[in-house]
Amino acid sequence: MTPVTTSPVARVLQRVPVPLRGVFPFLVAIPLLACVHFATSGAPFFVILSLGVGVNVILAVSLNIVNGMTGQFSIGHAGFMAVGAYTAGLTSTILSEYGLSFLPGAVSDQVMFTLSLAVGGAVAAAFGFLVGLPSLRLKGDYLAIVTLGFGEIIRVIVQNTDVFGRALGLRGVPQWTSMFSCWFIVFLTIVVARRIAASTHGRSLLAIREDEVAAEAMGVNTTAYKVRSFVVAAFFAGLAGGVFAHYQSIVNPGSFTFVKSMEIVVIIVAGGLGSTTGAVVAAVFLTLLPEALRSIFLGLGVSSETAQLVDQARMPIYGILLVLIMLLRPQGLFGTRELWDLALFKPKGPEHFPPRPREGGAL
Amino acid sequence: MAELVQHIINGVAAGTIYALVALGYTMVYGVLKLINFAHGDVMMVGCYAGYASAHTMGTTTASSFIGVTLVFLISVGACALIGFLIERFAYRPLREKPRLVALITAIGVSFTISYGFQLNLSLGGLTILPGASPRAFPEVITPADWLVVGDPNYPDIVLRNTQVISVLIAVALMAALQLLVFRSRFGVAMRAVSFDHRTSALMGIPVDRVIALTFMLGSALAAGAGVLYAIKDTRIEPLMGTQVGLKAFVAAVIGGIGHVPGALVGALLLGLVEEFVVGYGSSTWRDAVAFGFLIVVLLFKPEGLFGRVSAEKV
Repeated sequence: MTPVTTSPVARVLQRVPVPLRGVFPFLVAIPLLACVHFATSGAPFFVILSLGVGVNVILAVSLNIVNGMTGQFSIGHAGFMAVGAYTAGLTSTILSEYGLSFLPGAVSDQVMFTLSLAVGGAVAAAFGFLVGLPSLRLKGDYLAIVTLGFGEIIRVIVQNTDVFGRALGLRGVPQWTSMFSCWFIVFLTIVVARRIAASTHGRSLLAIREDEVAAEAMGVNTTAYKVRSFVVAAFFAGLAGGVFAHYQSIVNPGSFTFVKSMEIVVIIVAGGLGSTTGAVVAAVFLTLLPEALRSIFLGLGVSSETAQLVDQARMPIYGILLVLIMLLRPQGLFGTRELWDLALFKPKGPEHFPPRPREGGAL
Repeated sequence: MAELVQHIINGVAAGTIYALVALGYTMVYGVLKLINFAHGDVMMVGCYAGYASAHTMGTTTASSFIGVTLVFLISVGACALIGFLIERFAYRPLREKPRLVALITAIGVSFTISYGFQLNLSLGGLTILPGASPRAFPEVITPADWLVVGDPNYPDIVLRNTQVISVLIAVALMAALQLLVFRSRFGVAMRAVSFDHRTSALMGIPVDRVIALTFMLGSALAAGAGVLYAIKDTRIEPLMGTQVGLKAFVAAVIGGIGHVPGALVGALLLGLVEEFVVGYGSSTWRDAVAFGFLIVVLLFKPEGLFGRVSAEKV
């Protein structure tokens, strides 16, 4: 008997021939993204907006691997993003001076873009390993403070290094990020996060989240898995940083403060710690909300001063939102469930196997 | 040599202020096992309360002895009230929930206060929220150099009256706290709640009231520290609480969180290290020092210098 899951993706995949199953999502996504890419090429405002959303989705889904699946609490994700943004930005500014002459210009650009993203991600992952190491000894609040401290230290180091342009930042990073490349990385992040969750590794992470001592007693190498989750999350945060650097074309330390880290934490807490689709939905919603509010207020004929106040009120509103979510619905929008676990999408039939962790397990 | 002495004086003066803030973290952590992330922001509110009261009184009135005392008392009262409200409405409903929930709430409260204060809001000529631009704290204590060694124009060592006063006030407050915790009925109740709040409740200790009072006490100390800091630094802004608060927290952890004299030692160490880095290195590295120090301490002695190692029971 094949195990029944509630995931529509999994149900579709069960009908696909086995050799194709691994690449099937890509076969669907790549043409789809290409269509979107060409369809939106005439709407620059929409593209810029969607790039911002995409970066936040990558950050939220990757932070969710550490905070949601493994149950650690990292509040320095912007630090990894900064590492990725600066290394990728620096790599591509250096590479863009050379170019691969045997390839057409556009192709050579994309090859170098991929290369610098990979470098950014790899260096960020190395830093993730460094930060993951103290998590062997620290728990909860202490770990949170160390990750926060790491984010701040990265910012101070960048501000004091000439290569990174000190407080002014890195300028003239080539604008290589396109609709397609950004959302392809979003897609990649989501696929990897979901596959980790469904794998043996993912089960070990969930076990650590539910009860670390019990997990260790069951033979889970908790230390190794915690560090791995940090490395994976840092890698994708580095990619997000690279994508960000290549559409902003300016990278300065002001983009990677504690506020950025908190924004991502608010997103995953709102979406439900441990829910990948929750993180995606919350990231899209909370990134678009301020923009939408501003357009609505301006459309209603409110003075631009008031509209600006709305923009400034974003941070205190995040704070209040965080407190209210914790008081009223600590499991967030979806809890640890995914979009398709909601009653709306539930297929009739036997209970799925394996059983989902209990409600609010991430907390 | 003279330079070294000067750095030590500055470092100790800065350290005692960190110590007052760190005590608030340590006390709250002691009774609730919660890092009150909003503590630094409570201190910031204390600065603004002092600022507002000094301005209402006028600088001449405020710089008299009674005026200064009043400024201190008003800001202490305002902070105690804020501390009470935070505990009552944000932390108490979550007391039996997992610790991560309380931690996220604390971050939320901190965010709300510090960024709320960055908004510009006034109703009918009365400023309710001050806005992001920094303000100059009035000179309620006229600065004077009490001890000058060397040439008066280019002195080798300067001991300011504000430094001496802040050290004296800080030491007095800490001594009072030590007496309160170890020599009073309330202190016994506090230590009992810290040990085990469920059993304390069974023994007839009003746990809710003790926790609320602890919060108010910690916030009041933060207010004192805030006014001292504002007098020393003369510049106040809404985000100062987060910076000072984090450093004070680092100091509390270095000393062993939950340990009162440990917080003092940790804060003095941090103040000195920061002063030396700024004095002999570069001031742009100041903010990285505290965290670097913290990470090193946590890696080699996670329980802090004076903390007890507690094995996890299953």
